[in-house]
Amino acid sequence: MLKSYLVVELLKLLAAGMLLISFALLATRRTQRLIMLFAGQGAILFLSTCLVAHDAGLTELYFSAALTLLLKVVLLPLILHGLLHRLGAQWDNERLVHVPATMLAGLVLVVLAFGLAQPISMLATTIMRHTVGIALAVILLSFLMMITRRKAVSQVIGFLAMENGLFFAATSATYGMPMVIELGIALDLLVAVFILGIFFFQIREQFDSLDLHHLETLKEE
Amino acid sequence: MEILLLLGLPLAGSLTLAFLGARRHAPEVNAGFSLATLGAAALLVLRVLHNGPLLAWREQFYVDSFNIFLVALTAFVGFTTAVFSRPYMRAEHIHRKFSPRRLRLYHSMYQLFLGAMLMALMTNNMGLLWVSMEAATLSTVLLVSLYKTKASLEAAWKYFILCGVGIAQALFGTILLYFAAARALGHEGMSSLLWTHLYAVRTQLEPTVVALAFTFLLVGYGTKVGLAPLHNWLPDAHSEGPAPVSALLSGLLLNVALYAVIRAKTLATGSIGSMLPNRVLMAFGLVSALLGALFLWRQRDIKRLFGYSSIEHMGLIAFAFGIGGPVANFAALLHMTVHALTKSSIFFAAGHAAQTAGTQQMEDIRGLVRVSPALGWGLLLGSLAILGFPPFGVFTSEFLILTTAMRQHPWTTPLLLLALAMAFAGIFSKVQQMVFGENPAAKLTPSPALVPVYVHLAIVLMLGIYIPPALAGWYHAAAQMIG
Repeated sequence: MLKSYLVVELLKLLAAGMLLISFALLATRRTQRLIMLFAGQGAILFLSTCLVAHDAGLTELYFSAALTLLLKVVLLPLILHGLLHRLGAQWDNERLVHVPATMLAGLVLVVLAFGLAQPISMLATTIMRHTVGIALAVILLSFLMMITRRKAVSQVIGFLAMENGLFFAATSATYGMPMVIELGIALDLLVAVFILGIFFFQIREQFDSLDLHHLETLKEE
Repeated sequence: MEILLLLGLPLAGSLTLAFLGARRHAPEVNAGFSLATLGAAALLVLRVLHNGPLLAWREQFYVDSFNIFLVALTAFVGFTTAVFSRPYMRAEHIHRKFSPRRLRLYHSMYQLFLGAMLMALMTNNMGLLWVSMEAATLSTVLLVSLYKTKASLEAAWKYFILCGVGIAQALFGTILLYFAAARALGHEGMSSLLWTHLYAVRTQLEPTVVALAFTFLLVGYGTKVGLAPLHNWLPDAHSEGPAPVSALLSGLLLNVALYAVIRAKTLATGSIGSMLPNRVLMAFGLVSALLGALFLWRQRDIKRLFGYSSIEHMGLIAFAFGIGGPVANFAALLHMTVHALTKSSIFFAAGHAAQTAGTQQMEDIRGLVRVSPALGWGLLLGSLAILGFPPFGVFTSEFLILTTAMRQHPWTTPLLLLALAMAFAGIFSKVQQMVFGENPAAKLTPSPALVPVYVHLAIVLMLGIYIPPALAGWYHAAAQMIG
């Protein structure tokens, strides 16, 4: 009983860390630090999945956790890092406008997420049911990050952070998705990052920068 | 067995073409693999005609009357597009001077895309459906940016980010569906995401969760359908990619995404027990049809013009599914078929027209009938077909949609008529000038492949006059199931 209580509290702590990182992602200017934050988010996801797997005694979830560790903590940050290095963009800073306004919008999103998650949390029987709201908040905050950022790399990190939120939601509400599907999703994610890597080079070749404000010519006049 | 062939052939084709590189016969190999896939689809059709709906591979694949005709359609358009792409891409290769490596990428991704769509259609698992939809997006991103121009990079980036976000929403919807299923079916691992199982217990699924799941799935896959206001990527991707890719996107991908939405809708109506999902679908459809028709007017680029026309037609189809009932569903299924055939034939003709004139700007495309009569008439007939001229199949389906709407939701009739009239005037005036206008352009060096255009139009014409009983049977059965 006490052990289970401890696990729940730990999970809540990890969920809080996840949410904090999402806010940090919104406000960080250094691209390299964004990648580190993303890796940290992956690590939290890994830890919480391990905890749930231990508590529920589900071996399948350990695989899912290992997949997270491999892909989101090691592989993707390394690939992104390598890309930045080869693009010579590792010291890039991004000019962010309206940071306080973005933070406020983020707060509103968190409230909204908890409202949306209410029916799911009430019906769920998992140990993490209280964190569904946080998972949804992470998804929405990553969404906000993709909207507010102007750099290609930052948008991609927003996209990947959203995927983290989705996995967190899956573990919270239903002890993860079936294994085959998690593998499929991981494969898609990896391919996506490869394609984006090719993209970065093409964009840079054409526009001499990774800033996306060049990419605003296709509009209805 | 047939399913294995249908999935294996495109995959083998993709690998072969990746190794083959830009050899002289790569386009023929591409067409050959597509033909083999079409053959496998024909075998599957025979099997389904003989034995009825089919569950295979521990129920992981499910082929019923709703997806069998889409499988056949996908394989067919995949093949004709490969035939069209042969001379078209040769000419592009000469004109645009892109490297042979790009051509290799194009052929390899072409097969991968076909395979991903067939997988999405045939899988019984909502999770695998998601995985293959994402794979279909990823395989087309680099096709849209094939020319590496600034505009095409922008289009591809927009396509990737918007559809990526959309598909992430769909994943959340899938997770919620799994959650609802796990409550009703227990934790059976893979099997609780099987559509057939979900359909069997649809009344026991928790309505609030299913409603939420449907909303996310609709928004997610709806982005890929191009439903307004989530349509932003569609005209850009259609105008900047090569014409065969536009034909595949419009003719096939939109249909497959809509298929996913309708599968989700069928579950949602059964679970919620109200018409709410239908009403939402109707609203999205009506707005898309109106917006698509409105934006047609402002287009200068020929492929953008027909991209907006696709938004309009997908809106009409979604609207018809929203009305529901046997007749409207029948009309929607028929419209899916004829729209795919007509729109891809238009993109074939438009691609050749743009090649002939050396530009996609419509004001510079003139006198097609004099340069190449077959091309000019092909574009004109295709446009007339898509605008719903009587003998063509589009007329039949639009007529059915309109009359059903008149009977069940009379207030929508003027809006629908307005959308159809706007689209008619917008497209007809522009196409008429391109086909008959003065100032003919230079002749095209590699002779264009217009056989696919006329084959598609002939089928659309036939479907307007006579629908084969087997196809009609599938439509009826699917219309019943969708409800």
